[in-house]
Amino acid sequence: MSETTTTTVLQALNAALDEALSADERVFLLGEDLADPASGVSHVTSGLSTKHGADRVLNTPISEAAIAGAAIGAAIEGRLPVFEIMIMDFIGIAVDQIVNLAAKARFSSGGRTPCPITVRTASFGGLGNGATHSQSLEAWFMHVPGIKVVVPSTPADAKGLLKSAVFDPDPVLFLETTALYGKRGPVPSGDYTIPLGRADIKRAGSDVTIVTYGRGVYDALDAATALAAEGIDAEVLDLRTLVPLDLPSVLESVGRTGRAVVTHYAVEFAGPGAEIAARISSELFGRLRAPVARVGGRYRPIPAAANLEAAVYPNAERIASAARATVGYDK
Amino acid sequence: MTLAQAVDARLRKGIGRGEFMAVIWPSRGQEAVAAGLTAALRPDDRLVTTYRGIHDLVSKGVPLTEVIGEILGRSIGASRGKGGTMHITAPDQGVALTTGIVGAGVPVAAGLALAFKQQGLDRVAAVTFGDGATNTGSFHEGMNLASTWQLPVVFVCQNNLWAEMTPIRDTMNIDQVVDRRLAYGMAGERVDGNDPEAMYRASAAAVERARTGGGPTFLEAVTFRFEGHYFGDQQKYLPAEELAAAREADPIPRYRQKLLDAGVLSEDDLTAIDTDATARVDAALAEVLAAPAPELTELEQDVFVDMEGIPS
Ligand SMILES: Cc1ncc(C[n+]2csc(CCOP(=O)(O)OP(=O)(O)O)c2C)c(N)n1
Repeated sequence: MSETTTTTVLQALNAALDEALSADERVFLLGEDLADPASGVSHVTSGLSTKHGADRVLNTPISEAAIAGAAIGAAIEGRLPVFEIMIMDFIGIAVDQIVNLAAKARFSSGGRTPCPITVRTASFGGLGNGATHSQSLEAWFMHVPGIKVVVPSTPADAKGLLKSAVFDPDPVLFLETTALYGKRGPVPSGDYTIPLGRADIKRAGSDVTIVTYGRGVYDALDAATALAAEGIDAEVLDLRTLVPLDLPSVLESVGRTGRAVVTHYAVEFAGPGAEIAARISSELFGRLRAPVARVGGRYRPIPAAANLEAAVYPNAERIASAARATVGYDK
Repeated sequence: MTLAQAVDARLRKGIGRGEFMAVIWPSRGQEAVAAGLTAALRPDDRLVTTYRGIHDLVSKGVPLTEVIGEILGRSIGASRGKGGTMHITAPDQGVALTTGIVGAGVPVAAGLALAFKQQGLDRVAAVTFGDGATNTGSFHEGMNLASTWQLPVVFVCQNNLWAEMTPIRDTMNIDQVVDRRLAYGMAGERVDGNDPEAMYRASAAAVERARTGGGPTFLEAVTFRFEGHYFGDQQKYLPAEELAAAREADPIPRYRQKLLDAGVLSEDDLTAIDTDATARVDAALAEVLAAPAPELTELEQDVFVDMEGIPS
């Protein structure tokens, strides 16, 4: 067993970038305000330009299309660029480059032109910033063959997954969650990575599986605690990666518990949970003891007022009540 | 020029008479731009082109079987049929990307150049695009980034005066596209895109500037597209006088005459070049037509390196 240290998600992300920059001269970062002393709006890149040089951590103009395009060009030439789209809502301007160039490069070239970019961006929701600074748009990218989608929840996952993303030979959208930057937890020290596409059981249980990722993990764990007091033993499965999707682990868990609740902050309607619920339903049709439930963000632009914003997102209570309903279904 | 014209002409002929099916955006008329530009590039320099890129690809030296094979969707195409006309890449010949999204290649070229700079290489990236592309955000963002970072890029606007069915005068309130560089403090010039030698001189100067650390250059090459936007475009929107005037400036007969007048080549030499080009295109086409369609197993590869956990 390697030693662990306790850090925040923010520190874990910083460490992952620091180690990646040290490990391989092909790695470089680009984005708005990334260099010290500003070190980005979120400070994920704090200290990195000072340590690795301004030619490894590039400050860019406010030009999301150019940032993505330049990363793509550099990746095609064998570099390993990691670019930051400050807040996910701004990604619309770069979507053309990410979706139409990066995600297609390998396939459309018959394998000749790989494009190993990493897009780091953050879902900023929960901070009262309103409709254009709070969205969870991961379903957009899940819908496009050719780009992986990673959403870490814990410090250890954040570090291990980001290092895998940076060195992955294909494009990866790495979606951070601003509201989780301060979460603390153990992180194995030394050089470790978590392979993309492996879900993780964050709490074992036998009555119902709560399938989630990112911020949803914490609500699911709170829900599980509440449910345990009522004698319902919930398992919390953290997908960690939405593409590739660890369906075998999902089916294994739900096959055991017979019940599933899928929850996420992205809008529930046509959201990631629709796909996951459909897969569970068709693969485990005869073994499910209740219909698969979904608890997602409401189909509303994210409001600014704290009480309204909270009412749009899922929470432990909504998840617990969905879980109770699945458990009560066949009673 | 002759070879690029021959590929374009043979494809149009083949599609027109139902010999094979393919989608192309003819580049007839724009050959001199590509010839002059690519002659100024080294084999290890990189080019980003567009859907209207047959002349660029052929001039950069992409094997004809790969170009024609890809356009016809055969297994011997550059991307084994998975890319099509709008997505040809040929790393060995320095074609980094062909883009089907107007303007999208501009920032990518900046990125290629950034990689050269980071690695201390004296290589240059060139990117071609139309006049219409200079109205997109990607163009402006890419120009600004390349200029701010003084990247070794040559931006080449193939100004054929039309964007699909809309004339340039309806889409920008400036007389010369080249003026757009002024907003970015970038060097540049307007070139007669129907004169391969003028195009070569301007490209060579731009490439030299880029290679020696002088930063990017914007070239506006004024030319024309004789066959309309896509193959089969009837060009009902195009005034007959405008087409007639453009045909007067057709770069191919014009350059032939110049070579004859200067005594560089004889009629026989020129005929031999034409014959050779036609023969090479016919041979490549025959090879392409004899090649099988891509295997369906192609669909199981290249979405990612590792296809585990990837939806079918
Ligand atoms: C972003 C985008 N918008 C619209 C189109 C459809 N489209 C294809 S070609 C074209 C005209 C482009 O004109 P120009 O840049 O002048 O290039 P040309 O075709 O004349 O070489 C348009 C609008 C597209 N491919 N991409």
